[in-house]
Amino acid sequence: MSAAPQKTKSGSETLNVVVSAKVPVTDLVTRFEFTRTDGAPFPPFSGGAHTVVTMQDGDRTRMNAYSLMSDPADLGIYAISVRRDDTGRGGSKFMHEHVAAGDEITITYPVNLFSLDLTAKKHIFFAGGIGITPFMSMIGQLDQIGGNWELHYSARSAALGAYADVLREKYPHKVHLYCDDADQHIPLEAILSGQPLGTHTYVCGPEGMISWVHSTAASLGWPEAHVHSEAFLAPEPGQPFEVRLCKSDKTITVGENESLLEAIERAGVDAPFLCRGGSCGMCETDVVTADGTFLHRDYWLEQEEQAAGKKIMPCVSRFLGGVLELDR
Amino acid sequence: MTKFNFPPSITSRPVWGELQARAGSGHVFIADAHGAGAIMDMATPDLMAKAHIIYIPKGHDMSAELKALGPAQYYEGPSYAAASSRIAHVLGQAKMGVQVYLAGTESVMGQAMHAAVQAGIPSGSIQTEHRGSTARRMQCVHCKGFTEDVETDPFVCSHCGLNLFVRDHYSRRLAAYQAVCIDAEDPGNVPESKGIYE
Repeated sequence: MSAAPQKTKSGSETLNVVVSAKVPVTDLVTRFEFTRTDGAPFPPFSGGAHTVVTMQDGDRTRMNAYSLMSDPADLGIYAISVRRDDTGRGGSKFMHEHVAAGDEITITYPVNLFSLDLTAKKHIFFAGGIGITPFMSMIGQLDQIGGNWELHYSARSAALGAYADVLREKYPHKVHLYCDDADQHIPLEAILSGQPLGTHTYVCGPEGMISWVHSTAASLGWPEAHVHSEAFLAPEPGQPFEVRLCKSDKTITVGENESLLEAIERAGVDAPFLCRGGSCGMCETDVVTADGTFLHRDYWLEQEEQAAGKKIMPCVSRFLGGVLELDR
Repeated sequence: MTKFNFPPSITSRPVWGELQARAGSGHVFIADAHGAGAIMDMATPDLMAKAHIIYIPKGHDMSAELKALGPAQYYEGPSYAAASSRIAHVLGQAKMGVQVYLAGTESVMGQAMHAAVQAGIPSGSIQTEHRGSTARRMQCVHCKGFTEDVETDPFVCSHCGLNLFVRDHYSRRLAAYQAVCIDAEDPGNVPESKGIYE
């Protein structure tokens, strides 16, 4: 017998929370702070963890993953920072416009797919824009244990660099800010050259920045195992397509603006998930038959697996063509 | 014949690879005896311009050939123990991006691997190539003493004198295989010794 609560639904266990504060950070970024409705302390989390926030937008249930950016030492609150994206699918816009202090919402227990390697002798963080959020909690964690770290933070301007002011005031010698509007750029090669053995590096930001750090580190001889990154993909809209769910004996249509996973959930079928962004692998689903083209977008399946067409990650990937039958 | 195909074994047994030049800020080669051949097979002037070769001839002296490759730095020592302070210093000063190449006997590769991992290099990015003797560095599980260059099974512990059975269980921390008393229940009943891979 396990003492853990029995799971009845997919995803991580959920927590009922109240939005205790909604704080504008920059013109685009707002911080949401949560306390538990039952007043209990939050479960402990490690730097880099994220939570999935459920938003009830009319008939539509939105679930978006956000990095926890509060201090892991303070279990009285959880905080996330959300950058408004007016061209996205609307989750961040909903948070900004329709979630207010005092609202009760549901979030999941923290899940960490981007944790610190605590065997590292030094940690170097590269943040691009809102990619700063996981590093806020990592820095909090390293502060507790006296870890050796430095942050290189690239933002469009000092005013749009969320938390840049706080971080620079608290850690003037560890935090380096580079502003596009001042034509400042991260001197990546210089930073990665000459670091002591046992250094690990972490990058969170736009896809181009992540691949830049990976390829530059590799060209300088860094071991792949010492370069960590996190990118949550938002599902992309696409042409509607029909899917047959064999186990549930249902046929569903995936709409233009929803993901396959969302369509499965909308049909009342319980499907496993964690990150909802193509990274964690939890929603991997077997394909029974397929006649058409897969639009794989995840970071989980190997290229050969994507080409084989026997598996699909419904959180971000789509399908074009006639028949798709899934083992769900 | 300096290359040997090790028979399949349990998962704790190390698997050795083949050296390949990789991009790096520096290249540290640690080799003994026939391991020199693995370095010579892959050496290029570009690689040697940033190379530090640490070589333990161990009765098969290839030092002239290695020096002729023109490495930036060259050191030679009579044993791993003698070279270990040099190795610790080189790895301690090394920066991210350094590539480590190990070649020769399992004993030297295993010990140098441990030193490199201690210095902060992940084991998966340290390259190895077995050359030469298949003799093992063994640790007696009873007295904890190490016996180097063990070629036969069973063998006699060089510290406590027990008759020891050569196992494939390997400790990366000790860089040694485990040796266990073979006649504990029936003292004196020791099978005839033969080569480990015979």
